[in-house]
Amino acid sequence: MTPLVLTHFTATSCIGRGLHETLAALKERRTGLAPCAFESVELDTHIGEVPGVDGERLPDGLQEFDCRNNRLAQLALRQDGFMAAVEKSARRWGRRRVGIFLGTSTSGILETELAYRHRDPATGALPDSFQYRGTHNAFSVADFARQALNLEGPAAVVCSACSSSAKVFGSARRMMEAGLIDAAVVGGVDSLCLTTLYGFHSLQLVSRLPCRPFDVTRDGISIGEAAAFALLERVPATLDSNAVTLLGIGESSDAYHMSSPHPEGRGARTAMLQALETAGLTPQDIDYINLHGTGTPSNDSAEGRAVAAVLGSKVPGSSTKGATGHTLGAAGALEAVICALALQQDLMPAGLNTREVDPTTGVDYLLENRRGRVAHVMSNSFGFGGSNCSLIFGRGRRGRRDE
Amino acid sequence: MTPLTVYVEGIGLLGPGLNDWASGAPLLVDASSYVRQATVLPAPAGLPPAERRRTGEIVKLALAVGFEATARSGMSPATLPTVFASSGGDGHNCHEICLTLASDDRQLSPTRFHNSVHNAAAGYWSIAAGATPSSNVVCAYDASFAAGLLEALTQVVVDRTAVLLLACDVSYPEPLHTKRPIPDAFGVGLVLTPGRRESSLARLTATLTNAPADRIPDSPLEAVRASIPAARSLPLLLRLARREAGHVVIDYLETQRVAIEVAPCR
Repeated sequence: MTPLVLTHFTATSCIGRGLHETLAALKERRTGLAPCAFESVELDTHIGEVPGVDGERLPDGLQEFDCRNNRLAQLALRQDGFMAAVEKSARRWGRRRVGIFLGTSTSGILETELAYRHRDPATGALPDSFQYRGTHNAFSVADFARQALNLEGPAAVVCSACSSSAKVFGSARRMMEAGLIDAAVVGGVDSLCLTTLYGFHSLQLVSRLPCRPFDVTRDGISIGEAAAFALLERVPATLDSNAVTLLGIGESSDAYHMSSPHPEGRGARTAMLQALETAGLTPQDIDYINLHGTGTPSNDSAEGRAVAAVLGSKVPGSSTKGATGHTLGAAGALEAVICALALQQDLMPAGLNTREVDPTTGVDYLLENRRGRVAHVMSNSFGFGGSNCSLIFGRGRRGRRDE
Repeated sequence: MTPLTVYVEGIGLLGPGLNDWASGAPLLVDASSYVRQATVLPAPAGLPPAERRRTGEIVKLALAVGFEATARSGMSPATLPTVFASSGGDGHNCHEICLTLASDDRQLSPTRFHNSVHNAAAGYWSIAAGATPSSNVVCAYDASFAAGLLEALTQVVVDRTAVLLLACDVSYPEPLHTKRPIPDAFGVGLVLTPGRRESSLARLTATLTNAPADRIPDSPLEAVRASIPAARSLPLLLRLARREAGHVVIDYLETQRVAIEVAPCR
């Protein structure tokens, strides 16, 4: 594929608002996971809640979009001068030539959950204040962000569970290569809600403790929330040596089970191989892998097998979900931004909370932060329905080996 | 922009008074013979019994139009990447989850939860068809069909691969129905390829446009088009059913629509 440059990017999760705080947390090996005290939820678990989300006020003209998911989106968009960068791009290319492709899994479903508690006792009707289009519908977050950013180009929400905001990079890439647009805002936003907290609990996939990906004693996920965005453009003639580029994308389906991965990681393997192929890279070129690493016994086992089969057991890797929790539909974009920081900082972040790495997973899992040249990174995102996506990012022109 | 050119190899259709493409196409051509009746969803093919019991309307719809479209194309459904477009996913399942979460006992059924993902129908399709290539699942509210079409077209043109596009919507039960009044289920499947084949049905060339979306004047199909997001495809399906060359404009976003030149191949 033709590489693209991440002209600008930002992320907000429980470990920090914006890049500065996110990087500081990674360097300090700080987790944002804490005992769950969200809404009226009574579950013995840890979550990654972003402080201050409900303090966000949406612009007057966009009140129909008011919900936790869009507040979180706005909170993240306001960091790191991201909105100004998009405005500059829109002026350069034209508003209709900038697309927006965002991932989410549950959109603003929390509003619907609350509205169902306030049904009319006689008729069962939802309150008049409930706004389906602005909050519940999966498109809500892209509709909101597109208007907040004053864009007029093609738009869609990708909604394939936990691979959503990795796959948006693929949608944007195809749109740009087809010549429909010159730039794209990509990203992911997913916020805490009862559906996912009680849903993952019903599947017995939630840990009581902060999640411990790839640990021998791992016993489930910690649910988090996040919003992360990147502005994608074509690679210019001159490229800053610190610029982060999207080099490869692999997408596949397990065709196996709705909520369990193929035990051998069949689909994960295909996605990783395709990402390498589209990037024109070999397994030896990958310096760090940000694993999907949710912390459930079966997910990490399947992913470990797939990684060992494709990359061997020598590539340093970690799951940053021990810090951020599993941010579901936002995980792909959040971890893409973490990969971008890894490239710019030559920092391979440790996987937190894990004490004893499961030797059967076959991964060189990092328990401490590691410093060293990071020219190419891979990021894995896998979701319910067997939806898999692997991304490869590089630094500077074709990674730094050609410089 | 570069026009996006693809070939249609197979069509699947299911909607109010439209039981499949073979019997539905003549009704699209001659609207006087069309009688609007509730959509009839067949049992899901290709799934093991345990999975079959768990599937909702949207899965039955997606499987029906997917298998019809791929059968006509002569291509193995296992080899085709898919694009799945839907505004709301499984509305009944979502309603049941919200009811439970608003009750005193919030214990959800695990099956309800894993069926709640927007890509549930895409996941069941991949299992039923044994399809391991990529599956892209998009939503754009009322623009979901056009968003899925653009996702599919760019994949065909850029990656030079055949793609199965599935656009499906079903109704919500009350109280969500009042807030999002989709009256009935509608699904369309299109197998699209980058190059012309012996069996190609038509060539489509798409661009973005400022022109307003086509309506279906003096036809009960207009109400279907306007009220079900996946049925925004009807102006295109009408042209394909008539097997005549022409120009259609499909509804998309407030700022732009999708213009399509249709040229029959046979």
